[in-house]
Amino acid sequence: MTDTLVLARHQLLTPAGLGEDDLHRALSCLLGHAIDSGDLYFQQRRAESWSLEDHQVKNASHAIQQGVGVRAISGEKTGFAYSDELIMPALLEAATAARAIAQQGGAGQLQVWRSSPRPALYEPLDPLDTLTAEAKVELLERLDAEARRQDPCVTQVMVSLAATQDVILIAGSDGTLASDVRPLVRVNVSVIVEQDGRREQGSSGGGGRVGYGWFLDEGRALGYAREAVRLALVNLEAVPAPAGTLPVVLGPGWPGILLHEAIGHGLEGDFNRKGTSAFTGRIGERVASPLCTIVDDGTLVERRGSLNIDDEGTPTQCTTLIERGILKGYLQDKLNARLMKAAPTGNGRRESYAHLPLPRMTNTYMMPGEHDPGEVIASVERGLYAVNFGGGQVDITSGKFVFSASEAYLIENGRVTRPVKGATLIGNGPDVLTKVSMVGNDLKLDAGVGTCGKDGQSVPVGVGQPTLKIEALTVGGTQA
Amino acid sequence: METTHPTAPLPAREHLENLVADILAEARAQGATAAEAAVSFGSALSITVRLGEVETLEHHRQRGLGVTVYFGQRRGSASTADWRATAIRDTVQSACAIARHTAADPCAGLADPDRLAQDIPDLDLYHPWPLAAEDAIALARECEAAALALDPRIRNSEGGSIATHTGSVLYGNSHGFCGGYPTTHHSLSCSVIAQDHGEMQRNHWYTAARDRNDLETPVAVGQKAGQRALRRLGSRRLSTRQVPVLFAPELARGLIGHFIGAIRGGALYRKASFLLDRLGTPVFPEFMTIYERPHWPKALGSAPFDNEGVATVDRDLVAGGLLQGYVLDSYSARRLGMETTGNAGGTHNLIVEPGPLGQEELLCQLDTGLWVTELMGHGIHLVTGDYSRGAAGFWVEKGQIQYPVHEVTIAGNLNEMFQGIVAVGNDLDVRGGIRCGSLLLERMTVAGE
Repeated sequence: MTDTLVLARHQLLTPAGLGEDDLHRALSCLLGHAIDSGDLYFQQRRAESWSLEDHQVKNASHAIQQGVGVRAISGEKTGFAYSDELIMPALLEAATAARAIAQQGGAGQLQVWRSSPRPALYEPLDPLDTLTAEAKVELLERLDAEARRQDPCVTQVMVSLAATQDVILIAGSDGTLASDVRPLVRVNVSVIVEQDGRREQGSSGGGGRVGYGWFLDEGRALGYAREAVRLALVNLEAVPAPAGTLPVVLGPGWPGILLHEAIGHGLEGDFNRKGTSAFTGRIGERVASPLCTIVDDGTLVERRGSLNIDDEGTPTQCTTLIERGILKGYLQDKLNARLMKAAPTGNGRRESYAHLPLPRMTNTYMMPGEHDPGEVIASVERGLYAVNFGGGQVDITSGKFVFSASEAYLIENGRVTRPVKGATLIGNGPDVLTKVSMVGNDLKLDAGVGTCGKDGQSVPVGVGQPTLKIEALTVGGTQA
Repeated sequence: METTHPTAPLPAREHLENLVADILAEARAQGATAAEAAVSFGSALSITVRLGEVETLEHHRQRGLGVTVYFGQRRGSASTADWRATAIRDTVQSACAIARHTAADPCAGLADPDRLAQDIPDLDLYHPWPLAAEDAIALARECEAAALALDPRIRNSEGGSIATHTGSVLYGNSHGFCGGYPTTHHSLSCSVIAQDHGEMQRNHWYTAARDRNDLETPVAVGQKAGQRALRRLGSRRLSTRQVPVLFAPELARGLIGHFIGAIRGGALYRKASFLLDRLGTPVFPEFMTIYERPHWPKALGSAPFDNEGVATVDRDLVAGGLLQGYVLDSYSARRLGMETTGNAGGTHNLIVEPGPLGQEELLCQLDTGLWVTELMGHGIHLVTGDYSRGAAGFWVEKGQIQYPVHEVTIAGNLNEMFQGIVAVGNDLDVRGGIRCGSLLLERMTVAGE
């Protein structure tokens, strides 16, 4: 019995007068109707956010969300219902609605509960309580002052501080009884600078599955304030970006959203089971240069994308997606793993009890190579050096993906020269990594800012990579 | 298959009114000088059928309760999904606890009482669809089947989907305003994959309306999805060039959305917009008019009042190409020394006055250039107006479609893009809160090979 199970029971079941026999009853009700398997997902989420603008904290909010999601599976069919009331009649009503999916199919057997504790990747703390309200306000004000101190061109500073705590309990007909307590914090600093009538924006932030104190360690959050101003000032000097196909060097860390978009989504089990991914049926084939080894790792300590267990109760793991350029594996939840006769990889995730689990990424990154980052840049005669990005998107089926640079420079004769305006980069997932010709030795993970959207569901994720060079990528600037 | 009720019954209006009254009373009891509250209830059934078989059947039922309290000019907000009395007390308490720590903001507060809606017109937004799950499955199946039957190259699918949603929101504040109304939203969509010579292209189509009788038929939606996927087969890249660009209506809507983003109060008072201080100046060419019509019966963007109870009104945002007004709520209006425009929560039915030409004629006017039918990514910077996004569509020469295009970007600056609109189509997309036809732009940079 793990500590989080005691806590989850206490927070989710006890106030509702529910015991494990009630969970059995609800699952029996679900399975009694020719359903193969089913699960219950209890969740309570506490969230808060504080925001500062015009030097002052003027807005803050607090939210509590709780409920139970009930899922019934029959072959490839899924029935789903949920309730935001944690009471037995609502649970049975949801179970009845979810099982309506079944027409025929094997009658599932309820397995005996088992839970397998393992060392936790993060503390089961409530991050909202890790600073007093006064200290939160003070932190925001310090970040505001730090940003303004950097440069007289700073005209606006917006800072936000947010935390959530998720307490979840999963009971499955396959015997899963699992729980997790997931803290998550996030700070963001966004500034506007103005000079000679030209305005630019810059933002920076970070976070993880920790308490607010993490932001105070090593002046971490103050660093975000300085970084936001630096970015905005760089963009003040930016000239129009080139348009066309050229060599692109991506910096370490957050530019790893390349991997998330170009490779990661296309390797999610659901798309591959359905044959709708550009990577379908390509396991064992070369999809990247031999310099590329890419993993999805949900087990990194205190990372934003990490989870002790996924939202189906499967422990997370480190899954090799691409090894020295060869496609090795997919990311699986239970449903798609079963249908593809594969093992779940701990990637079944859902935004909340009100959403169905889907195969999703955790922390996706490329292993380091041998080159010094300076060498990588020096090898480019004319190209783009992109070090910061906004969002990205991919069309799983055609494989086309985009990601938008927010800090980029020209490389001329092996040297980083002028900053250029942000531009969208576009490529083809299954072949972009075959054009990786150099990989740096400077693997870095992002600062803990990523959120991934799929089927209208948002989940926190991480990315990372070393400096790398792509021989040819299309850069969507205006200078044709 | 068991018969299930499509959506749970809406709670009685009286119940929602009592909840709002209880929240406001609790706020007063806890010392707030003013307060506002909203309670919401939503219920939905959504079903996806893939390759003829049910894939997912989802019942949704959501409740919400949110409160903002004011202690003079300080405020705090809190929300929960729990409607019990203890939860109301705790939620108000959370909001009050926050308000003790926030700074006084002279612009904070409820909307001015004289701007609150007095009469709340019935905008005919509630048309529940008593749809049994079996019937929903049959419709989704019919929709997908129409796409699959279109061509042997359509062999795979992401499914046909149907969703019906009913909801009710009630908003009240301590000025005595209390208003709410039920709404419905129904949709049918289809996404299929065309395959040929190892190439795969996916595309989709959807229809959405308040009244199921206003939906396109399942067969029409399926066929359109199938045709859209098929026409993408054989996509090529382009070399880098500067050409005129025609935006399909569903994408043109997005361009107008960026315009709204740049004249929103929050962007203006933060000086985070490329359209600062542009009231009365040309933002679009002279022939363009954009207006807001919040009271159109049955329209998807209609609302009798905004998120703070302010009456919504018909107005022009752009007339003769000149910017006539901003998109403001009470707070941002006070920050700017202006009056709210009834846009707390956004705009309500924005219409770009259609021009005389349809899509075929616009392709002729485009002559030689790129017809963009899909966009990807988020490369839009409202502070500078810089715009750079992934695109797919068709290469057009002398008004004739030559071949499908993909893996290119289009880039420009929104300021110049808006001024460079040379025609607005009459092919309005009415599936959302912004109604716009195709937009033909004089010139953008296309980056490719």
